[in-house]
Amino acid sequence: MATNTARGGSDFLNNLGKVYGIYTGGFLAFVVLLALLEQIGVPNKILGYLFVFFTLAVYAIIGVLSRTAQVSEYYVAGRSVPALYNGMATGADWMSAASFVGMAGTLFLLGYDGIAWVLGWTGGFVLVSILIGPYLRKFGAYTVPDFLAFRYGGNFARGLGVIVLVACSFTYVTAQIYGTGLIASRFLGMQFEIAVFAGLVGILVCSMLGGMRAVTWTQVAQYIVLIIAYLTPIVILSTKNYGFPIPELTYGQAIADITAREQQMLATGLTTAAALKPHISPFINYSPLNFFAIIMCMMVGTASLPHILMRYFTTPSVREARQSVAWSLLFIFLLYFSAPAYAAFSKLEVYTNIIGRDLSAIRPWLFNWGELGLIQICGKNASSIDAVIAACKAIAGHPGVVRLQDFVINTDVIVLSTPEIAGLPYVISGLVAAGGLAAALSTADGLLLAIANALSHDVYYKMIDPNAPTARRLIIARVLLLIVAVVAAATAATKPADILAMVGWAFSLAMAGNFPALVMGVWWKRATSAGAVSGIIAGFGLCLFYLVTTRYFPGAGVKYFGMTSLTNPLTGAPLVDIAKAMALPNAMESFPTLAHPLANKVGWFDLTNIACGLLGAPLGFAVIYIVSKLGREPSAEMQAYVDDIRKPRGRTVLEEKTT
Amino acid sequence: MPDSANLKEREEAHWRKTSRLMFTHLGVWFFFGFVIHMFVKPLNNIIIPVLGFPLGFYMAAQGSLIVFVVMLFMFAKQQDKIDREFGFAEED
Repeated sequence: MATNTARGGSDFLNNLGKVYGIYTGGFLAFVVLLALLEQIGVPNKILGYLFVFFTLAVYAIIGVLSRTAQVSEYYVAGRSVPALYNGMATGADWMSAASFVGMAGTLFLLGYDGIAWVLGWTGGFVLVSILIGPYLRKFGAYTVPDFLAFRYGGNFARGLGVIVLVACSFTYVTAQIYGTGLIASRFLGMQFEIAVFAGLVGILVCSMLGGMRAVTWTQVAQYIVLIIAYLTPIVILSTKNYGFPIPELTYGQAIADITAREQQMLATGLTTAAALKPHISPFINYSPLNFFAIIMCMMVGTASLPHILMRYFTTPSVREARQSVAWSLLFIFLLYFSAPAYAAFSKLEVYTNIIGRDLSAIRPWLFNWGELGLIQICGKNASSIDAVIAACKAIAGHPGVVRLQDFVINTDVIVLSTPEIAGLPYVISGLVAAGGLAAALSTADGLLLAIANALSHDVYYKMIDPNAPTARRLIIARVLLLIVAVVAAATAATKPADILAMVGWAFSLAMAGNFPALVMGVWWKRATSAGAVSGIIAGFGLCLFYLVTTRYFPGAGVKYFGMTSLTNPLTGAPLVDIAKAMALPNAMESFPTLAHPLANKVGWFDLTNIACGLLGAPLGFAVIYIVSKLGREPSAEMQAYVDDIRKPRGRTVLEEKTT
Repeated sequence: MPDSANLKEREEAHWRKTSRLMFTHLGVWFFFGFVIHMFVKPLNNIIIPVLGFPLGFYMAAQGSLIVFVVMLFMFAKQQDKIDREFGFAEED
């Protein structure tokens, strides 16, 4: 049976370059066709629909063609994905709606400090490759909890692994589905709630039938769409403004211009020293501690996130797993090192063509976004020139030109509006929307699969019914996938307030829960079951406690756990006057809204709660070390297994029953 | 590898070399992930000629990223070489 599929699949696997080459050409031809349609007067809305439905249809076709009834194909794509393509799939898996749409906006707002996210979301792959990924591939697991269970003596460790996995993946997938809803509603004019469930259908057709195999080949297709979509607008913009098509090199000039313009704005009274955050000045938005803490947590979190680690289970060999991590980072790098260019070009446009302009001469591209409430001038939505003038007149002593402090922009607008800023035809905006959708869908697919696999393989098959026949296991896997997807979509449709922060939390939770146990499992033979189990509980528990307390029970944190106010990184002054806030009637309120004076503003050591992994992971390491040392060393047999994991040659340690 | 060397010794020697490679890369990672960015302010006084980037900003936005990508390709090669040296590499 295995040889049959190998032969059946090899036609496809041997021709991957050709298949995806034709696909890329076809996609470009499609874009050109839509550009022609636009020229002959087809309305924008129809172009938007064509973009979304064409790309969704392609993903669905790939999903259906890759359907499978084999366990190893379903869980690890038959371990036959070549390094380069696994790298592309990982790139799409990794880059979420937040990376595609939000990253450049974060850099726009935070300047240098925002780069903490760029560094954190790339450098982690170094850890994946040198510490964990290839060893898990050699081990031969289907899921991350699989490894924990084997190495640390059974289902208790497995159960903890599942809890950590679900905790960090579920909020993350909710954010992705939220992202698909947002993009679909903005570009197709659908109602948000309907758009969420439409996006859900797109996600399910890719992952339901073919599991990991289908997700892999759709993700490769999605990577191609998203990278073309991300790079096209800024390449054109760079060529237009600087006569050179590599924006990553030309934006240095834009940064120099921004810095000069900042000084000019200060000199002419368009801004105040308090309102201006110079683009290249470090540590204005984050203190040095929090800047480096965020980098560390995002990096280590990357190396602990199950949906990323499991991508390296699909390569044919350990050697290819390592190469594949390098390819992944290269493909991710292409987007991340372009994001600061987006931010710089947009900022220069805003600083020169909006700030300091007479109100009646504001360039019209921003009114579309103002109507949606995403750009505000003088505290009101900038929906038209009249609205802006009226809003600014209402401010006493307003000079009649836009000042920096009058201007508020939502971070999502930066990438989405760049085609309009550059004066490009609508087809490019449609392309960007298709790219954002691809980014959100591919990440959601990977996450959903990680959750559903953990529930079906680890909980159902390994813990509840080890004798379940293959057919039933796969049915259960699909049913669970559907349930998790629907629950996530229902959660997203309620637009939870913390949704974006939760993505950051997921990294810290993964770091605290998984990293110490995984690393010690490979690199320290002496690590025992008792040590690992207590380490996971302690590290994950502390991180979760810090998050939940600072966000949802800040009053109790101050009163019972000695938490103090976080400080302003620039002035060093506390963000809130704790004594005053504690005297308010709502001080001890549980689950307060973000408007609560203490929510997210208290903590220990001035550490932001996004970086709670920095508390949890060291504790996890320490507990594993101490408890392991106290107990008896693991059996000789287990130590021999660890030796096996360390050598690429030979059979995988875990041999799965696959038929 | 001489045939006389028994498996245990080979395993240990292989793992020593692997560990050394790991720590080397971890060191490079830490330097470019953290240490260099601690000096962002002085580095920002240096402007890269032609391109116009302040060096501190450039290192965070691009320089370190390029290092990470390159070191991962190097690591894959180096580790494979170690595996081959001790006869623990997979067959091609």
